[in-house]
Amino acid sequence: MTPDITTKPSETVSYRGADDGGQPLWRKLVRWETALVFVLIAVLIFGSAKESGFLDGTNFFYISLNMGEIAIMALPLTLIVMTGEIDLSVASMLGLSGTVMGSLFHDGWSVWAAMAAALLVGAAGGALNGLLVAKMGLPSIAVTIGTLTLFRGLAEIVLAPRTITGFPISLTKIGVVPVQGTKIAWSALIFLVLAIIFGVVLHATALGRSIVAIGLQPEAARFSGVRVDRIKFGLYVVSGVFCALAGILFTLKNSSVSYDAGTGLELNVVAIVLLGGVSIFGGRGTVIGVVLAVVIVGCLQQALTQMGVQPEVQNIVTGSLLLVSVLVPNSGELVRRIRARRRRGPVPAA
Amino acid sequence: MTAQLTAPAPAPDTERFARGAALLRARELGIGVAIVLVFVATTISNHAFANAHSIQQLLTGAALIALLGVGETMVIVTRNVDLSVGSVVGLSAYIVGDVFKHHSGFPVLLGYVLGIVIGAVIGSINGLITVVTRVPSLVVTLAMLYIVRGVDGVIVNGKTIDPAAIPKSFTEVGYRTFLGVPWLAIIVAVVVAVVGYAMRSFRASRDLYAIGSNPEAASLAGIPAGRRVFTAFLISGALAGFAGSLFLALHAQIDVTGGNGYELTVVSAVVVGGVAIFGGSGTVLGAALGALLLNTINQALVAAKISSFWNEAIAGGLLLAAIAFDRWLGLRVARSLQSAQGAHRDA
Repeated sequence: MTPDITTKPSETVSYRGADDGGQPLWRKLVRWETALVFVLIAVLIFGSAKESGFLDGTNFFYISLNMGEIAIMALPLTLIVMTGEIDLSVASMLGLSGTVMGSLFHDGWSVWAAMAAALLVGAAGGALNGLLVAKMGLPSIAVTIGTLTLFRGLAEIVLAPRTITGFPISLTKIGVVPVQGTKIAWSALIFLVLAIIFGVVLHATALGRSIVAIGLQPEAARFSGVRVDRIKFGLYVVSGVFCALAGILFTLKNSSVSYDAGTGLELNVVAIVLLGGVSIFGGRGTVIGVVLAVVIVGCLQQALTQMGVQPEVQNIVTGSLLLVSVLVPNSGELVRRIRARRRRGPVPAA
Repeated sequence: MTAQLTAPAPAPDTERFARGAALLRARELGIGVAIVLVFVATTISNHAFANAHSIQQLLTGAALIALLGVGETMVIVTRNVDLSVGSVVGLSAYIVGDVFKHHSGFPVLLGYVLGIVIGAVIGSINGLITVVTRVPSLVVTLAMLYIVRGVDGVIVNGKTIDPAAIPKSFTEVGYRTFLGVPWLAIIVAVVVAVVGYAMRSFRASRDLYAIGSNPEAASLAGIPAGRRVFTAFLISGALAGFAGSLFLALHAQIDVTGGNGYELTVVSAVVVGGVAIFGGSGTVLGAALGALLLNTINQALVAAKISSFWNEAIAGGLLLAAIAFDRWLGLRVARSLQSAQGAHRDA
């Protein structure tokens, strides 16, 4: 009899993420975001110890320039992961929108019209993802691996093997000079503004609460009147549009575009979202956590680059960070499970 | 009495299983038909496509992805995924090449064993972390993809292993044929046959399907889910390591980019081959045929003089079509099962 009762709580643990009062005190005090702040401080100290000019303005500009597009793509992905889905097609959409923009510009369109077209392509691609995932109920991981390939393939058809250059210098200067009077890159400024909007939407509106509800219990959300399908569909469209925006910024920053722009960035974006404390099961996560993750990864990369560490080696750091970021929040549960097993004895009660 | 009570029960069950088996067979048959159709259509537009050499190329080109697909199928069937396979291919290929380069007398067969061991080690780390910590394997293997690629970068350090460093008898596997069939294809076919048989007939491998279709029920039924999932990851890693050795044999050179991006191609091939991404169903034969279909389409585009730029878009479209088709099929089967059950109850 007793084993039955003791196993019950550990079964319900999988739904944790709601602010259940059952969690230990240290968990309430030590939030993931607090830990991220400490990690950030550690990274900054590490960077300054290795390089004297680590904290100066030029460096700050480069960090923000490197991270801008990835960070912008991470915001809608945060919301998508919060609903328990995923979007792996983000980097391909960046490439496709940049490609469309470049190709139309090359054909004599004005650069602004080409940008608008790129955003439309982003919305259309997002709508395709949304249709397949939200309306048809297909598994998002498989769907977005499919559209990852499809979007990149379309980019290849449109542009390969050409590389388009010659964008107006008044726009491409965003890749060389910061926003006037500051030390921040344009893409990063856009990210910060968007982050505030996304943060308010996620944490302070009914829509945001609905997104959390969907992630925690899709069925319950549906029966409570949350329009699950419509919200998921909308999030994919938003993701498409912002990836297109990232594509535009990426193109202007490099002042050139080829079909393989941003290949493989999807993994970086996913890594940042998870490092930011967003649960891959959905329902748990904050925008501020993702912002902190962006800054940490950006600073760490810059510090390692300045130390002359190869990009391949930096992969080890990114991978380990990702692993740690999911292991640490799970360790409490792990310890609990091992204890429970020890109490019960080696053989689980039938 | 007892006989009478239990007699009707097995009937719908066996019927259901028979129907399921028929469906799976139909799926593999369907992919087979698709391969033949693509092949015939291409041959009509370009007669050179049907010669022995190009068929050999079809088989060789699909072999590595098919081999990776076997391991990936075992993992996906348990409702997990292994995204680290591409990095493992690159790492094991380079290490094996490096060993050949520095120890000229290194036994050729040990080169393959070394690849398998490297893969098995990484696979067991994947399995251990996934099983012990219950962190989703998507995240674990994504992290491992990065880490292994990073370690590969450190070891490679900008160098390239060139054909001169690799013994002839090792690379033979990459180009020799037996009765016109490439060795590579034979090796992969043997692996598919062995694992395919095991997945059908052994209790431990049937457990993988049980875990994937309903993890709760599987553990309540006393299936050691952790051990089984760990084994699936171990085998997937070992096969990826083996694929790395074969990669080296096939290309006879390797640098840091070897195997990059394979993970998504493999998942595509597996899903096109009818393995459900949420576990519980699919066969290794289907996965291997999926790999062959993708490669046949790629080669067909080349033969039909359609720009190879279309490859990726078509592969992506095909994957989406396969997922949508599976969904439609699943809904239909569910409906027909429901109505069959209803009829049974009425009778």
